[in-house]
Amino acid sequence: MPNLKVAILCAMVGDQDEALAWYTEKLGFEKRTDVDAGGWHWITVAPPGQNDFEISLIDPSVRPDIEPDVRSLMARGGLNGIIIQTDDCRAAYAELVAKGVEFTSEPEEVFYGIDCGFRDPFGNGFRLTQIADVPAPVPSS
Amino acid sequence: MAATVTAPPAPPARHLLRARDHVDKHYADAALDVPALARQAHASPAHFSRCFRETFGETPHQYLQTRRIERAQELLRLSDLTVGEVCVAVGYRSLGSFSATFKRTVGVSPTVWRDQVRGEALVARIPSCFRREWQRPRAVPDTTR
Repeated sequence: MPNLKVAILCAMVGDQDEALAWYTEKLGFEKRTDVDAGGWHWITVAPPGQNDFEISLIDPSVRPDIEPDVRSLMARGGLNGIIIQTDDCRAAYAELVAKGVEFTSEPEEVFYGIDCGFRDPFGNGFRLTQIADVPAPVPSS
Repeated sequence: MAATVTAPPAPPARHLLRARDHVDKHYADAALDVPALARQAHASPAHFSRCFRETFGETPHQYLQTRRIERAQELLRLSDLTVGEVCVAVGYRSLGSFSATFKRTVGVSPTVWRDQVRGEALVARIPSCFRREWQRPRAVPDTTR
């Protein structure tokens, strides 16, 4: 089998400049790439210290044929999927709330640890998860 | 013949998603209802309900009811709370109203449903955020209109 790993995730955002500011100023991510590609930018960000993975901030206007659909999905909360891991969910939650990040749920104990959810300014959903050292037992049936 | 050019529809306003998120976060508050959600969105209940339905395909009342029933199903499946305790925990003031809505939505009473799903505890291994979306009932008749 080939040796594969995930390197870049392309995330649709409503506005690249606003997204870059949000990722860097609210989440504390680093800007890794910002290339003017002639009318649009290739921008990537990543958490400090994580060198093998980046998120590319994609403006849906690169695909005018689907842009209205993508923007509509974003605004309706239909684009979710980035799960961010932390070693202290409650502390990270408090810090991000203080920075004005919009949370959709408070930290909750679940079988895999502690978990809560938040959104970027465009409606994209994120999970913030602290993985438990030992998963909780399955409730007895 | 010239092609007809239509402007792309504007994306739904962000405040509607905030209202939906507010339901997810505060469903347990028995005082939460459509007028309260509309006030938060700075809109009249009728206008708010219409926009919400156009955006999400169901009224805010239906969304609130199905979220509460979904949370009730979660507690019935995974906790040892009594049906009365579950009723209060998901934002109902009346056990009769809770039981009637549950039966209308799910097809059986909370007690019968609990007996039916007790053997399905492995579903607890699915992350809670996905369970919330996947398990939420979709068809509760809207009795507010």
